[in-house]
Amino acid sequence: MSIATQDTDVNTGKIARTFIYLVLLVFALFYLLPFFVMVVNSLKPLDEITGGNMMALPDKWTIQPWLSAWSSAQIGVEPTGLKPYFVNSILMVVPAVAISTFLGALNGYVLTKWRFKGDTILFGLLLFSCFIPFQIVLIPMATILGKIGLAGSIPGLVLVHVVYGVGFTTLYYRNYYAAFPTELVRAAMMDGAGFFRIFWRIMLPVSGPITVVSVIWQFTNVWNDFLFGASFGGQSQPMTVALNNLVQSSTGVKEYNVHFAGAILAALPTLLVYIVAGRYFVRGLMAGSVKG
Amino acid sequence: MGFLDISNVTKSYGTVEVLHQVDINVEEGEFLVLVGPSGCGKSTLLNMIAGLEGITSGDISIKGRVMNGVHPSNRNIAMVFQSYALYPNMTVGQNMTFGLEMHGVEKSKRDVALKDVAKLLQLDQLLDRKPGQLSGGQRQRVAMGRALVRDPDVFLFDEPLSNLDAKLRVDMRTEIKKLHEKLKTTIVYVTHDQIEALTLSTRIAVMNGGYVQQLGTPKEIYDTPANLFVATFMGSPAMNVLPAKVSTIDGVPYAQIIDGEGQPVSLRFSQENMADWDGKDILLGIRPEALTDPEGADRKSTNIATFHNAIDVTEPAGSDTFVTTTLGDADVIARLRADTDVASGQMFEFAVNMDKAVVFDPVSEQRIAP
Repeated sequence: MSIATQDTDVNTGKIARTFIYLVLLVFALFYLLPFFVMVVNSLKPLDEITGGNMMALPDKWTIQPWLSAWSSAQIGVEPTGLKPYFVNSILMVVPAVAISTFLGALNGYVLTKWRFKGDTILFGLLLFSCFIPFQIVLIPMATILGKIGLAGSIPGLVLVHVVYGVGFTTLYYRNYYAAFPTELVRAAMMDGAGFFRIFWRIMLPVSGPITVVSVIWQFTNVWNDFLFGASFGGQSQPMTVALNNLVQSSTGVKEYNVHFAGAILAALPTLLVYIVAGRYFVRGLMAGSVKG
Repeated sequence: MGFLDISNVTKSYGTVEVLHQVDINVEEGEFLVLVGPSGCGKSTLLNMIAGLEGITSGDISIKGRVMNGVHPSNRNIAMVFQSYALYPNMTVGQNMTFGLEMHGVEKSKRDVALKDVAKLLQLDQLLDRKPGQLSGGQRQRVAMGRALVRDPDVFLFDEPLSNLDAKLRVDMRTEIKKLHEKLKTTIVYVTHDQIEALTLSTRIAVMNGGYVQQLGTPKEIYDTPANLFVATFMGSPAMNVLPAKVSTIDGVPYAQIIDGEGQPVSLRFSQENMADWDGKDILLGIRPEALTDPEGADRKSTNIATFHNAIDVTEPAGSDTFVTTTLGDADVIARLRADTDVASGQMFEFAVNMDKAVVFDPVSEQRIAP
């Protein structure tokens, strides 16, 4: 990779170089500015925000807004803070990501290595699910969740997100496995490995990059989802809905510093996933798409 | 009843039949090579023996047991793939014992088998490496090792040498031959390389268009090809085929051809039954090595005809010098000794070893003599 970039490197003079870095710096600052505002204001007492400058550093540093947002802020009618909702989100995201990624891998494996009549049509239909807007399925989904007794529960939300995510994860894994030599599967068959053995021992161990892509994609989407959470969450609403209830409350004083802290709390997990796994992200996307 | 019986096997995809009535019996310890141009059905046949593709009609049996519909892993066969198909996430040792593990062989026995084969193939030092860290020749050996460890009834090779560079290919060819002579295993080997076929096999099945064109020992295939396809496909450079007419003088048959200047040349046939074709058109097949200078001609031959003709092109190849000349309106390649002093445009005396000439019917393209 590094050799390839050296080959295509454009020869630039010192002035051009400086200019490029300057422009990049300006853009970087521009994109970092909102985050700066959020962090700075979440560390100020409320009167400094209402009476002062949004851009200024705090006169008096405090982590009180963070503690309040986490454990004591008024969410709807209960003064619980975001903590229980954060737990709800984790309980929803982890199984939803795990199940949809696993099903996507299994689908991709079957669609590329165990071809059957009509497999391309099936794949096309699965892809189609990536393009269905959330709003369209709200009412049918509510009916189904009600009928199977999962309405207003975390398992219900997990189901909804798995159903929605499987289209994407299948797409990723199918394209990744399409570039995987079929001879390996045949060799394993002759060695006596069965359907699942081949999947566990041969396919999954080399699926690292695409699994990272799938996990990041699913984690971000499921964590950030508001509509399904608000519609089907019931008593177990996720973080995004709680954040909305925190910020949008129409009674009392608007505690902007607490709102900022809460918003950062809500964004932290996805940020963390990106930082930990992000460098594999582009690599995995490329691996799937170039040869697929 | 042979060791591996392929009887009346056909294969169709939908209404298209890609393999027609294949009948081959392989004896135990035989090295059968399936050779042919791409698309001739050789790999399909191999995959059918392996159980990776279904059989449309007919039977394949190993050791008298009919294998139709038996899962590949239960046929007691092993296969070496063109791409080697080594599991990238496993070490060499794990690659080689994966099959045994899947068949429930216990660890201690697996280790013994692995040790034996690793020693045989000189892989002892590489057992802990991953396939990505190996060279092409080493990967090839691991792929063979993986097959050997299982001690199968039949080995299947699917163009195993085509991913190697020219020199390594020759080395590995010798390795495979040595291995076969040492272990006396039954091998079915697919290749499109006729040299590999001739050097390795005990018997060759030449295939084209889904038919087995000829099944025989390398010598039979080379010296008495069943038809024009086999004659021109096997051998490098290819056999020269010239249109000729048969004429008899005092009951002795001659082939009449035309040299580069349009003058007739008569070549006496070694086969007297060619007199039956008096007056008819035939195709005369002459291998490049049967067309040489008079000093280089085979001294054991009973029938050497000579004639003069102009040389068009000379191609010194180190061990031999190939020259192209025009006979019967076609380019003909002759194989001369390396030191023969020749130049293009020069008139030269050629000697044809008519004992080695092969005659084909121009209509059916089947061999009529010898």
